[in-house]
Amino acid sequence: MPFIPHTDYEVKEMLNAIGADNIEELFDEIPAELKISELKNIPSQLTEMEISRLMHERANQDNTPICFAGGGAYDHHIPAAVWEIATRGEFYSAYTPYQAEASQGSLQVIYEYQSMIANLTSLDASNASLYDGASALAEATLMAVRANRKSKSKRILVPRTVNPVYRKVTHTLVKNQGIKLEELNFDLQQGLIDMASLPAEPGDITAVVIPLPNYFGVLENVDELTDWAHKHGALVIAVVNPISLSILTPPGEWGEKGADIACGEGQPLGIPMSSGGPYFGFLTCKQALVRQMPGRIVGRTLDLDGKPGFTLTLQAREQHIRRSKATSNICTNQGLMVTAATIYMAIMGPDGLEKTAIASHGNNKKMLEKLTSKKSITRTFNQSFFHESVINIAADNASVLKKLAANNIVGGINLKSDYPELGDAILVCATEKRTVKEIDFFTEQLATAIAS
Amino acid sequence: MIIYELAVKGRINKAQNISTTDTLNDIPQKLRRKKRAYLPEVSELQAVRHYTQLSQKNFSIDTHFYPLGSCTMKYNPRACNSLAMLPGFLARHPQSDDSLGQGFLACMHELQDMLKEVTGMQAVSLAPMAGAQGEFAGIAMIRAYHDARNDTARNEILIPDAAHGTNPATAVMCGYRVKEIATDKNGDVDFDALKAAVGPQTAGLMLTNPSTLGVFERRIKEIAALVHAAGGLLYYDGANLNAILGKVRPGDMGFDVIHMNLHKTFSTPHGGGGPGSGPVGVNERLLPYLPIPVVGKKGDTYRIFDEHDIPQTMGRLSAFAGNAGILLRAYIYARMLGKEGMVRIAEYSTLNANYLMKMLEQAGFELAFSNRRATHEFIVTLKKQAKELNVTTLDFAKRLLDLGYHAPTTYFPLLVPECLLIEPTETETKDVLDAFVAAMTTIKKEAEQNPDKVTQAPETMPVRRLDEVRAAKQLDLRWPAKENNA
Amino acid sequence: MSTIPSGLKYTQSHEWIELADDDTATIGITDHAQSLLGDLVYVEIPDVGQDVAAAEACAVVESVKAASDIYSPFSGEVLEANEELADTPELINTDPYDAGWIFKVRYHNKADLDELMDADAYAEFAAKEDH
Repeated sequence: MPFIPHTDYEVKEMLNAIGADNIEELFDEIPAELKISELKNIPSQLTEMEISRLMHERANQDNTPICFAGGGAYDHHIPAAVWEIATRGEFYSAYTPYQAEASQGSLQVIYEYQSMIANLTSLDASNASLYDGASALAEATLMAVRANRKSKSKRILVPRTVNPVYRKVTHTLVKNQGIKLEELNFDLQQGLIDMASLPAEPGDITAVVIPLPNYFGVLENVDELTDWAHKHGALVIAVVNPISLSILTPPGEWGEKGADIACGEGQPLGIPMSSGGPYFGFLTCKQALVRQMPGRIVGRTLDLDGKPGFTLTLQAREQHIRRSKATSNICTNQGLMVTAATIYMAIMGPDGLEKTAIASHGNNKKMLEKLTSKKSITRTFNQSFFHESVINIAADNASVLKKLAANNIVGGINLKSDYPELGDAILVCATEKRTVKEIDFFTEQLATAIAS
Repeated sequence: MIIYELAVKGRINKAQNISTTDTLNDIPQKLRRKKRAYLPEVSELQAVRHYTQLSQKNFSIDTHFYPLGSCTMKYNPRACNSLAMLPGFLARHPQSDDSLGQGFLACMHELQDMLKEVTGMQAVSLAPMAGAQGEFAGIAMIRAYHDARNDTARNEILIPDAAHGTNPATAVMCGYRVKEIATDKNGDVDFDALKAAVGPQTAGLMLTNPSTLGVFERRIKEIAALVHAAGGLLYYDGANLNAILGKVRPGDMGFDVIHMNLHKTFSTPHGGGGPGSGPVGVNERLLPYLPIPVVGKKGDTYRIFDEHDIPQTMGRLSAFAGNAGILLRAYIYARMLGKEGMVRIAEYSTLNANYLMKMLEQAGFELAFSNRRATHEFIVTLKKQAKELNVTTLDFAKRLLDLGYHAPTTYFPLLVPECLLIEPTETETKDVLDAFVAAMTTIKKEAEQNPDKVTQAPETMPVRRLDEVRAAKQLDLRWPAKENNA
Repeated sequence: MSTIPSGLKYTQSHEWIELADDDTATIGITDHAQSLLGDLVYVEIPDVGQDVAAAEACAVVESVKAASDIYSPFSGEVLEANEELADTPELINTDPYDAGWIFKVRYHNKADLDELMDADAYAEFAAKEDH
């Protein structure tokens, strides 16, 4: 019996002690007519050897294609030590650190994570993580509505340059709470929020979402946008890429007063792409907003002997105490992912992270030069970018991406359904992992696919 | 030691340091970071040693018996981890073409089918990233159902007072009012109170069965009939699915929508507090509102269904497709169990719980519901010890740590004073359970003869009891940044 | 035993009310309530000038393990709130009836006062709730 250790003799002893004749008797409070006799449509059990064979077959079937797609999930190098340590049983099979004395390892890791991510975003405080970047934006908007007590409108301005899926998820998660998400359009040449389209008298706005880099990889005018939002009484929610923050202005330093809340996808920090999860969302804020933060938070304190230690704190905000009045229904966070990200940041250090960002930026630049040397490929926007860009191709983008897939290349993300006005546009990305050889191969294959 | 205390300015980890000649000249100065982020500068060995040593300060399933009620801390098979981390799975970009993910998608499709069968529902979506998101998806679907019928006067969700705190928090996130329903003295929902509360304003009822009180709700068919007759729907919180796997199914009990916690029932790692995974199952009525994406199959080819396939969907919950890697672990686990193994989970987790309950009762502990069968968990109340000896449940919990056991869930459910919610799970041996009873007996004796030993515990952990008031008042949430780190 | 000053009025949600002559009142939580909550770590006070409805939650007190809403016994306008509590929430623990006051209201409707208990009635109510 897989993972059940009982011998027949032990079962007999246990039933004797309980005073039952057989195990079935232990289910005698369940109405008989509800019980089922068998799970017909579930296959029979497999040994580890058999499941191992099957999973190897399936993993090999999916292969390891060359990846030129980003859009929120990035193919960065992950030091071997990261997952070697994160999957140690003591981290992997522990639970939420409610018993602080028996969880100092997990708690200290989270405290170190909070320190690192607060520093990276240049804000005061971080929570212990959320599910992913998209749901982190949803939580950030809810937080902004709670925090901006002067604003009564519950209006949040969300530019169309924010990842379209993040906007959809935010809509799903906040729509039943009377929050209005209003779109801001972008300039078709620059791929940036259209500053000219910002209204002079916007009325009561609760918050403005500002991405850096934006979904197109382009760098927004964050200083001007932040100051505009603050001038009109709105809070600023930054959506940022953590790797890029080693080279780009961190949210805490945007404009005159800095962004109030920053959030984003933590996956680039040592988490494999793995079909989209598990990743983690990060969320940081100014000190004054700490009590409006959703999710778990770890604090450093002293024990009875005056020795420093770590514990979950500000728990009165959370669902297990506040129930229907909690700041969020979130309970589980992404502890294991945060453990990996913390180890990743410690091993990379500030210099390693910066080099990763610079090399990714450089590779994207090289890729763009290569790609646009072909007549059938043009650059869509003319502004500065981080490590991904939009290109237009002279063919139907969906069928071109299919052809590339057949040649074991993930050629980017098709933008047609979310941005029909951009035509046959593809969002492409080159991280530090892409080689000149791979970029050349991609360029030739893409040009061939367009031509065929 | 904090990792920052090990750092020395200028220490560079060369093995991870890319040599690049690239520049940032084309990025405007005003968008460039002025001062380097304050991150630790340590060697790879320093980092490895530091985090390995930190891991050793944790209790975990791999190192300790962890009978945390309602959390199902069973063995997380190592095969599930290593096979889910094969390069072909890790390297897949979530938006790569379906043709590059047939192996992965086959696993997901089969997992959906197995979860449908084991819960008795019509369809399953794997999208929710944790139990609380599954709850949200479920209640949002109930809302979408009523809204689609223009039945918009329903503004209330009924929730038993024993429920997990996420239930009321979720209902409020979906724009509903919460009405609590009392529990009767046997641990069942107070049927008369429920009858009085149900009405045209009822959007639905959220129920955990078996409940968090460790008992099976015996009148579930009547409850379902009552709520349905009033036009409300029934939501099943799958926190305790482990207790009934393969024995009885939420779909057969009359539930319209359910969520499962794969990190409990399907043994995916708890990871020090996540990731979780909370797939939802629905019956026919809620089928059109399923969260996306869902994995579909056409002929021999698997495909991801989105808005175009499920136009009335309640929406997307994550940037991509939920916690895919966790779903893979659950799939591997489910295949290793097979139909035979799934039934045994319910059987042996129930056997272990009833045995442990009986032995603790014999050792002189008071049970919250002594006239009931335990499900896969049960409640001991220490109110006598608290009143007579001034030794509380918290003290017992801390002393258990000294004796090498993770504490059971304490002070939950809120209904039972000074309670311990104990869930041994099916993967523990009788010897471990006997040793736990011995430890509890020791503490009981200490509480009577030498209470300081218990109230001052723990003494063998890396820290003693922590000053939580100080933690909340003098907030220290990060290591202070240094100014000279330019 | 907790103290229950005789000159004050009380609610079933454990607020005390000191009535002044000019249709204003000062509100805090009782000694009994603070001892149930334990060491307070945070108090959220209402905004001055804010309108409150009778029985509306307008402040929150938090201990490590619990959070509790404070209800305004009247509809009216918040005249003043105790700013000291931001840095020293423990004033409610150490001096609940004086330095630990939470906010002052100008009430609109005298009829709201009829709902309040006197000290004896509250003592009886609190004792009953304990059992």
